[in-house]
Amino acid sequence: MNWFVDTFRTSLGKKFLMAVTGLGFIGFIIVHMMGNMTLFVGHEAFNAYVEKLHGYEALILVAEIGLLSLAVIHVTTGLLLFLGNRSARNVSYTVKKSGGGRNIGSATMPYTGFVILLFVILHLSNFSFVDTTDRTMYDVITATFSSWIYIIVYVVSVAAVAIHVRHGFWSLFQSLGLNHEKYMPALRMISIALAVIVGVGFGLIPIYIGIIT
Amino acid sequence: MTTKTINLTLKVWRQNRSRPKGGFENYTAKDISTDMSFLEMLDVVNEDLVLSGKEPIAFDHDCREGICGMCGAVVDGEAHGPLKETTLCQLHMRHFKSGDTIVIEPWRARAFPIVKDLVVDRSAFDEIIASGGYISSKTGGAQDANNILVGKEIADKAFNAAACIGCGACVAACPNASAMLFVGAKVSHLGLLPQGRPEAKTRVHNMVRTMDRLGFGNCSNETECEVQCPKSISIREIARMNREFVKASFS
Repeated sequence: MNWFVDTFRTSLGKKFLMAVTGLGFIGFIIVHMMGNMTLFVGHEAFNAYVEKLHGYEALILVAEIGLLSLAVIHVTTGLLLFLGNRSARNVSYTVKKSGGGRNIGSATMPYTGFVILLFVILHLSNFSFVDTTDRTMYDVITATFSSWIYIIVYVVSVAAVAIHVRHGFWSLFQSLGLNHEKYMPALRMISIALAVIVGVGFGLIPIYIGIIT
Repeated sequence: MTTKTINLTLKVWRQNRSRPKGGFENYTAKDISTDMSFLEMLDVVNEDLVLSGKEPIAFDHDCREGICGMCGAVVDGEAHGPLKETTLCQLHMRHFKSGDTIVIEPWRARAFPIVKDLVVDRSAFDEIIASGGYISSKTGGAQDANNILVGKEIADKAFNAAACIGCGACVAACPNASAMLFVGAKVSHLGLLPQGRPEAKTRVHNMVRTMDRLGFGNCSNETECEVQCPKSISIREIARMNREFVKASFS
C-alpha cells in the first residue's frame, strides 16, 4: 500500500482528495436541502419527513460515518494545503493585484472553509445532538430561529457555503483532470447556479421560520 | 518624426546578494520615449545611476524579443506588467502615462530565491526539467520525419503547451506560488506526442515529486497563472497533467 499513501502525499494527490471529498459534500447538501424544503410545506410535512428519515437507522449511521470521514479528510488536507501554500510565498507582494483569474470564491476558500467548519459544529449542536422526546424537530427549529442572533449566524454561514461551492464545484473537475472546452463553460455556469440555489434554498429557512411565520 | 516622452516615478525592489532582506528605492525616469520597451526604460535609469556613481538595478534579460523566457518582474502587481500575453521586454512604455508611479518587484516564491534586486534564481525549473522534461532517444542519423505520423490536432495541442518559455510568471502570479502551469505545460507537450509516450509515466511521476520537493505551492485553481502567462498557456494543461498523474499512479 506504500504507493497508495505516497500518491496522496503529493500535491496532486491532495488535490484529488479535496475534489472527491468535496463532491461528496455537494451531493450531501443537495439531498439535505431537498429534505429541508418540506419546512416550506408546513410543520406536519417536515415532522413526517424527519420521522421517516429516522426510520432508516442503519442507513443514517453509515451516512454519518461516511460524512465524518469525508470531513476529516477534507479539513486535514485543506489545512495542509493552506499551510504549504503560505510557506511557498515567504515574502508577500507589496502590490497585490489580480490579473482577472481569481474571484471571491477562489480567493477565500480556506477562510470560508473554516467558517463552514465552525458552522457545522454549531449546526450539529443545535439540531442533531438535541433531545426530542417531548417536542418535535419543528419545535426545535422554531425555538432556535426565534433568536435574531441565530438567524444572522445561519444566513452568514449559508453565504459562506454558497461562496465555497461557487469555486469548489467547477474546481473539483479541474483537479480530477476533467477540463475540456466542450464542457468546462457549462461546469462553470452550473457552479454559479449551484451556489445561488444553495445560498437561497438554505438561506431562506431561518428567514422564513424566524421572521415570516 | 517626433516621439512622445513621459516622466515616471519608479519604486524598485533592491536587495543585495548577501542580504536576506531588501527594500524599495525610488527613482525618477525622465524623458522616456513611449517607443521604448520596459527594459530599455530600465537601461536609461541604470545609465543615470552609473553616471552618478550608484549601483545599477539588476534585472534578467536576454533576447528582448519575448521568446527566451529570461526577463520578468512583477509590475504593479502583475507578472510581466499589465499587458496580456506579453513578456516584460515586449511591454512598451506607451502603455504608461506621464506621472505614473510604477512598482517593480521580483518574482516572489520560496523556490525562487532572490539573487539580486529583480533577479531570481530559477534553477528549480531546471531541476524539474532534469527530472523528466525530456525524451530519451538514440543519437546518430536522424530518421525520416514522416516515419512517425502525428495528427494536426494533436500537433497543435502539443505546440500550444510547448509555447511555454519557462519564465516563471505562473509561479509569480499564483497566489500559492505553485509551478503547476509550468509542469503541466511540459508534461503535456511531451506526453501528447508519440515520442514522449514511452516515458510518460515516469515523467509525470518524477516531475510532480520534484516540484513538491522544491517548495512550490499547491494549485487551488485560482487561474491567475493562465491570465498572466505571456504565452497564454491554458490550465487545461494542468488538467492533462492531473490525468497523466492518475494514470501513472494507478497503473
